[in-house]
Amino acid sequence: MATVEPSDIAKLAQLARIAVSEQQSGEVASRITEVLNLVDQLQAADTRDVEPMAHPLDAVQRLRADQVTEQNRREAFQAIAPAVEDGLYLVPRVIEE
Amino acid sequence: MHDQTMAQLALGLKRRDFSSVELTQHYLERIQRLDATYNSFITITEQQALQQAEEADRRLAQGDAPTLCGIPIAHKDLFCTDGVRTSCGSKMLDNFVPPYSATIVENLQAAGAVMLGKTNMDEFAMGSSNETSYYGPVKNPWAIDCVPGGSSGGSAAAVAAQLAAGATASDTGGSIRQPAALCGLTGLKPTYGRVSRWGMIAFASSLDQAGTLTRTAEDSALMLNAMASFDTLDSTCVDQPLEDYTANLNQPLKGLKIGVPKEYFSEGLHPETGAAVEAAIKVYEGLGASVQEISLPHSHLAVPAYYVIAPAECSANLSRFDGVRYGYRCETPKDLMDLYQRSRSEAFGDEVKRRILVGAYALSAGYYDAYYSKAQKVRRLIKQDFVDAFTQVDVIMGPTSPSPAFAFGAKTKDPVAMYLEDIYTIATNLAGLPGLSIPCGLVENKPVGLQLIGNYFAEGRLLNIAHQFQQTTDFHTRSAPGIE
Repeated sequence: MATVEPSDIAKLAQLARIAVSEQQSGEVASRITEVLNLVDQLQAADTRDVEPMAHPLDAVQRLRADQVTEQNRREAFQAIAPAVEDGLYLVPRVIEE
Repeated sequence: MHDQTMAQLALGLKRRDFSSVELTQHYLERIQRLDATYNSFITITEQQALQQAEEADRRLAQGDAPTLCGIPIAHKDLFCTDGVRTSCGSKMLDNFVPPYSATIVENLQAAGAVMLGKTNMDEFAMGSSNETSYYGPVKNPWAIDCVPGGSSGGSAAAVAAQLAAGATASDTGGSIRQPAALCGLTGLKPTYGRVSRWGMIAFASSLDQAGTLTRTAEDSALMLNAMASFDTLDSTCVDQPLEDYTANLNQPLKGLKIGVPKEYFSEGLHPETGAAVEAAIKVYEGLGASVQEISLPHSHLAVPAYYVIAPAECSANLSRFDGVRYGYRCETPKDLMDLYQRSRSEAFGDEVKRRILVGAYALSAGYYDAYYSKAQKVRRLIKQDFVDAFTQVDVIMGPTSPSPAFAFGAKTKDPVAMYLEDIYTIATNLAGLPGLSIPCGLVENKPVGLQLIGNYFAEGRLLNIAHQFQQTTDFHTRSAPGIE
């Protein structure tokens, strides 16, 4: 049976880009373990020779002609951004000087 | 006026018994006066509503207006509305004003429907009680101390409290049908791909589908007529001919073959809920249908498969909320990772975070085959159960949810108990089939839903079957007690 330990939470939190404090990690781990215990029932199912199903109607990706169809709406999109300057999105410095 | 169905209101508007502006003002006044009790709306769009109503009156005066022209409706707050805040029930999008509208919003607008506002919902549509909303819980108009169901709890409560004539909603694991059941409404989840998801904020993309919450099957048909379209902007939208969903509503049901899955009447089902559902199926026998027991042998695996697939897809979909391009951003981030982590941690609620973390776990290296791939194989088995059943029967019937509306807080401490609310609805999403819930009785003075599951693209048939029930019963005409 799958068990998530509080020590696993730091890695998951990093993967998911969600900060989980050390005080919370015990409770988060036990709640996630409850969910994993529920889904562990799947392991008993016989799925030999069964193809995974990604789409209910087994549809495939529709293709279209490679033509520009979108208009440039940069101003409308940047108007709702938390921080922009000169048409660029601002984030904390990622490249050292 | 507010106790009328959309079909009745359409007649009144055509006859000019009242104008769309009068009708819209009437609903807006009710929302202002009564919604403090229910908390069903997050945003009320009074000014736009009155403008749309004036335009609708002009079209009605010209004499060739579509059926829904001038009828006030509400949109679940996960459908993007150009220039109107679309929060998805989350602090993350509390400040998000989309620069475009969802296809179904545009379709309904083109049909002349008037938007009253945006309805409350579980955060990012993750919940079965509407208790995870950043904007607070929604009250069930039938029992004010009980949940309305979720995640489309605001849409359901608004229609049940007669604050809107109908509402849009979305269903990933039961989020239309379960609130319909708990609030005494007709709730339709169409076939996966029937209705465009463009502009509908994604939760689990292989399961999400938009639909309707209305008082009657006829109203649902009218709304679906306006909503459904083939949309190249949604790559999963299916190019299937459109039909008039009202065309066959009156077809008699003689010879209809109903399958009743024995797995849907197992332990966990409230005995009186089960009895009400069985009585409803008896009504169908009286209408000339035959009933046979069927088996959907993989039913017990639906909830486990769903709670791998839905969190996995949610963890991918919700990675777009990064505090950079739109939505919430934390104060004074010290570096890029801090910006991502703190923005997401501060703005997502507990259930959303839990699902993202479960999804990240299920998709992470070493676990993918054991969880996601396994769940997708089980998903095919579940679909095959239905495919086999539909070689014997025309429609499948059973309960929508295991019990009537429950008290606030009853299941919030136990995620698994909350997940089991959708035990009868989830398989339909996994298989991509259309499902519908109609009111079929009262237990403890709270509504019970009968669930109808149809074959792919059989929405017209489902609505016909529901409509015929509503021609011989009056459950759908009952109002919640205390509704003025």
